[in-house]
Amino acid sequence: MSTYTTPALLPATWLVAEREIRMRLRSKAFLVSTGILMLIVLGSVIAGGIFGANQSLPKVAAVGSAVTKVEATDAFDVTEAASVDEAEELVRDGSVDAAVVPSEGAVGLTVIGLDETPSGVVSLLSVAPQIEILEPSDQNPGIVYLVAIAFGIIFFSSALTFGQLIAQSVVEEKQTRIVEILMATVPVRVLLAGKVVGNSLLAFTQILLIAILAGVGLLATGQDILLAEVGPSIVWFLVFFIIGFVMLAAMFAAAGALVSRQEDMAGAITPITFLIMIPYFLVIFFYDNPFVLAIMSYVPFSAPIGMPLRVFLGIAEWWEPLLSLVILIASTLAIIAVGSRIYENGLLRMGAPVKFKDALKA
Amino acid sequence: MLELHSINRSFGERRVLRDVSFTVTGGRMTGFVGGNGAGKTTTMRVILGVLAADSGTVTLDGAPLTAEQRTRFGYMPEERGLYPKMKVAEQIVYLGRLHGMSPAQAKSNTESLLERLGLGERMDDTVESLSLGNQQRAQIAAALVHDPEVLVLDEPFSGLDPIAVEVVLNVLKDFAATGAPVIFSSHQLDIVERLCDDLVVIADGEIRASGSREGIRAQHTLPRFEIQLGGDAGWLRDEPGVTVLDFDGGYSLFDVDSDATAQRVLQRAIATTTVERFSPQLPSLSQIFKEVIQ
Repeated sequence: MSTYTTPALLPATWLVAEREIRMRLRSKAFLVSTGILMLIVLGSVIAGGIFGANQSLPKVAAVGSAVTKVEATDAFDVTEAASVDEAEELVRDGSVDAAVVPSEGAVGLTVIGLDETPSGVVSLLSVAPQIEILEPSDQNPGIVYLVAIAFGIIFFSSALTFGQLIAQSVVEEKQTRIVEILMATVPVRVLLAGKVVGNSLLAFTQILLIAILAGVGLLATGQDILLAEVGPSIVWFLVFFIIGFVMLAAMFAAAGALVSRQEDMAGAITPITFLIMIPYFLVIFFYDNPFVLAIMSYVPFSAPIGMPLRVFLGIAEWWEPLLSLVILIASTLAIIAVGSRIYENGLLRMGAPVKFKDALKA
Repeated sequence: MLELHSINRSFGERRVLRDVSFTVTGGRMTGFVGGNGAGKTTTMRVILGVLAADSGTVTLDGAPLTAEQRTRFGYMPEERGLYPKMKVAEQIVYLGRLHGMSPAQAKSNTESLLERLGLGERMDDTVESLSLGNQQRAQIAAALVHDPEVLVLDEPFSGLDPIAVEVVLNVLKDFAATGAPVIFSSHQLDIVERLCDDLVVIADGEIRASGSREGIRAQHTLPRFEIQLGGDAGWLRDEPGVTVLDFDGGYSLFDVDSDATAQRVLQRAIATTTVERFSPQLPSLSQIFKEVIQ
C-alpha cells in the first residue's frame, strides 16, 4: 500500500489547470494563432509609428533674412539655402516641402511651393485670429475610436477563443468518457475550477503579452504620449477583463457539459457567443454616444469594454468603475453557482443534448 | 470490507435499484453478474459516489464512506475513456497525482504497472495511437495506479483477447492478494467462474444471490449424480429413492433423495460391476445464473 493523502482542493485544482495549460501549449493550432495575433498587434503599432513619424515638422528651405523669421516660429525643420535659385532647386528635388524667401510684401516673405500652395507652411506663417472653444474635448476622436475598437476586439476575440476552448475541453472529457474516472477521483467543482483557472491564465498571459508588446512598441516608436493617455484605462480594462472572463468561462464550461459530442457544441454555446458579440458591435457603433456607453458600463457582459472606455474618455465619476466592478463580481459569483450546478448535472448525461432547464433541476 | 445497505435509486419514474445490499470482502475477488440493464453500472457508480443513492448507505469497515475515502478507490467505468491526445504514461501519472500521489511515486507506480500489463514499450505513445485492446490495458493501469484501497471494475475483460485476459487476470489476482476488496462485473461468466471467490447476482435492480461461489453453487446444486459402469446400469431404475433422468447402456444420470441413497448406489455398483466414473453433477455458473434471475 502506498501512503499518500487525498490532495486538498487547491492543489487538485492546480493539477487540473496545469494539464489544461500543458495540453494547450502542445497544440500547434493554438501556438500559431497566438503568434499571428502577436504579429497583428506589433504590425499595427509599427504602422501607427510610421503614420505618426510623417507628422514631423514640415521641412522648408530659407534664404537670407527669412531664416531668422522662419526659425522664430519653431514650427519648421529649416534648411539654409545660399540663394533663391538654390532654395527652388531644393523644392524641385523634393528634399523640402517649400522654400521661404524674403520679399517686398507686407509680410516680407514669399513662400515657394512645387505644384500647389503649401498650405501647411502658409498657415504656420500667417497671423491667425484668437480661437476660443467653449467645451473642449480632451481626446482626439480618432484615438477614441481606436481605443474603443482595441478594447472591444481584445475582449471579444479572447473571450470567444478561450471560451470555445473551454467548452471544447469539457465536451472532449464527456465524449471520451474520461469524465467518469475524473468524477470518481476529484470533486466536480475542482474540475470546473481547474478548467476555468487554466484557460483564464492562458488568456491573461496572452492579453499581458499583447499589452507589453503594444506598450514597448508605442515607446519604441516614440508614441509615449498616447501610452500615458491610455494607461489608466488599460489598468481598469485588465481588472474588468479578468473578472468578466471568469464569468464567461464558467458559462462556456456549463454549456459544454450539456452536450456529449463536439458536433452539438456549436448550438450550446451560440447564446453565449451573442452575449460577447453584442457589446462588441455596440462599442463600434456607439463609441461616441455617452448614454449608450453609460448603460454598457454597468451591464456585466459589456462592462469590461464600456467602463474602461468611459474612464479613458474622462466621463466616468471616480466611484463608477468601483460600482460597476461590484455588480460584475456579484453576477460572476451568481453565474459560477448556477454554472457549476449545470456542469455537475450535465456531465454524466450522455447522448442527446441536455435541456438547460433539466440540467438546472436534477 | 465494503458493504452496501438497502441502496435505492430511481431515474425519473424508473426504479433502477431496489434495496440492494451485499458485501465485498477484503482480499477476495467478488464477481458481479447480471443481464443488460440489471443495475450493475448504477450500483458501481453509487459505490464510487459518481451517482448519489436515493436512500441507503455504503460503508467501508463499518463506517459510512467519506468523499476522501472514495478518492482512494480505483475505478474502471464501463464506458472507457482516457484523453486521446495525452501520452499513456503521462496520463496515468496525472491520474495518480489527482489521487494525491507525489510526482515520483506516481511515476514509479505507472512504470511498473504498464510494464506488468505489457505496455512498457508504448509508454510515450499517445492513447489514440494504441489498439483498442491496449487502450483497455492502459485503462486498467489508470484504475490501479494509486494502489487503491478498494477496486471497482465494470466489465474489465470485454474487448480483450485471451492472452490479454490472462495478463489482466494475473494483475488483478496479485492486487486482490494484497487484501483489498475487489469487485468486478462481467458478461463472460466463464471468466467470473474461474476468477471470483464471491458472487453477487443482480436482476431487475434486485440482488438475487450473493455469497461465496462455492456456497451459491452448493445452494443450487441438485442431488444429481452421473455414473458410468462397465456393465449395464438398468438396475438403477428399480433402486428406491433414485430417479433416472438419462440412461444409455452403462451410463446413467440420476437424482437421489439423500446422500445415503447415493452411497448405497455406489456400493451396489462396485459390488456388481466395474465403476469407471461416479460423480456429483455441479451446475455451471451460467446454469445457476439462468436459474437465479428467473
